[in-house]
Amino acid sequence: AGKPKLHYFNGRGRMECIRWLLAAAGVEFEEKFIEQPEDLDKLRNDGSLMFQQVPMVEIDGMKLVQTRAILNYIATKYNLYGKDMKERALIDMYSEGVEDLGEMIMHLPLCPPDQKDAKIAQIKERTTNRYFPAFEKVLKNHGQDYLVGNKLSKADIHLVELLYYVEELDPSLLANFPLLKGLKARVSSLPAVKKFLQPGSQRKPPMDEKNLEEAKRIFRIK
Amino acid sequence: AGKPTLHYFNGRGRMECIRWLLAAAGVEFEEKFIEKPEDLDKLKNDGSLMFQQVPMVEIDGMKLVQTRAILNYIATKYNLYGKDMKERALIDMYSEGVADLGEMIMHFPLCPPAEKDAKLTLIREKTTNRYLPAFENVLKSHGQDYLVGNKLSRADIHLVELLYYVEELDPSLLANFPLLKALKARVSNIPAVKKFLQPGSQRKPPTDEKKIEEARKVFKF
Repeated sequence: AGKPKLHYFNGRGRMECIRWLLAAAGVEFEEKFIEQPEDLDKLRNDGSLMFQQVPMVEIDGMKLVQTRAILNYIATKYNLYGKDMKERALIDMYSEGVEDLGEMIMHLPLCPPDQKDAKIAQIKERTTNRYFPAFEKVLKNHGQDYLVGNKLSKADIHLVELLYYVEELDPSLLANFPLLKGLKARVSSLPAVKKFLQPGSQRKPPMDEKNLEEAKRIFRIK
Repeated sequence: AGKPTLHYFNGRGRMECIRWLLAAAGVEFEEKFIEKPEDLDKLKNDGSLMFQQVPMVEIDGMKLVQTRAILNYIATKYNLYGKDMKERALIDMYSEGVADLGEMIMHFPLCPPAEKDAKLTLIREKTTNRYLPAFENVLKSHGQDYLVGNKLSRADIHLVELLYYVEELDPSLLANFPLLKALKARVSNIPAVKKFLQPGSQRKPPTDEKKIEEARKVFKF
């Protein structure tokens, strides 16, 4: 089988967590960027997108859509999904918490200017009062290096990705969470992740105005 | 181990798909309804809710939160999650498509009156042009009785639950999807599901004004 091929626009959006997971698993992947509305139309018309949406990943002969389906498949295949169903339940629970906060942060650039301050305040509040304390506590309770089963899993990778986004928003938000900072440093120094964090990797920069305009044009968002 | 205990308010919301899955798996469960804001505060304060949210399900010594984590665990435990990772990828893909349309329908009662017509039009359009054709096409292309692996999986259960909601919204939306109608009939006839569909089961009625007010009060939104 060849390398997985990722179909998305050239930005973070809903594909970035997939790029992170593949990179952390040490899997090389190709990207086919959707640059014009017509590129998306073509994928839709040839039946490649079950629900007419991207992300889509070609892997092992399948055209997988839906972010979670793609992540679960990759995590299972590369042994980042726990050793039994109870570990997987924890990994899912933690991954979904990361996703909830990550989704709020991802949508921030789309927020109308007059609501932006309120949204940022809400994100900061949730970060420091709800999500970070929950994850810090998991690490504190068991005293291990990773969230589940004393071993790297997709939950750690998703959380560390989120920690980078929170840091972009406001580095001070991490201040009171020493174990999360420790996890971030630990995961960031894994060779595959370290490489992904270097300039020139397939990691995507923060969403700026230009990138947002491009996404709106391609996906015909008004 | 005792029966799973479900913690949520007495309405569909994000727990109903969990009730459906347990019922279809033939698993008896108990429900502890959150009836007052204080009930929710109590769960939050005693550390039962990892992210301060429900649904929460006590099962096998765990207090699981997050709908998908709960569903994945139940589906794995009761063998409704395919035979290998490729089947599971399909089941996940289909389940997520169901969740996307289901979320739109779930939020519909919260829609401001002025936007209601536009929202309903959007839901109908997505139902008949995007989601139902995709699932009809899966059944048509392999000709089997269930979506994945010729065997009942959580994907069928989630889809059939959704078909009931679509039917509540407008029964005509199902008209052009004979294979989905057949799947609905087939799954509805499985003894455990048939029982759940009877009056008096733990299935919850559609969300009405009164239920929304109750939810607003309990969850303070």
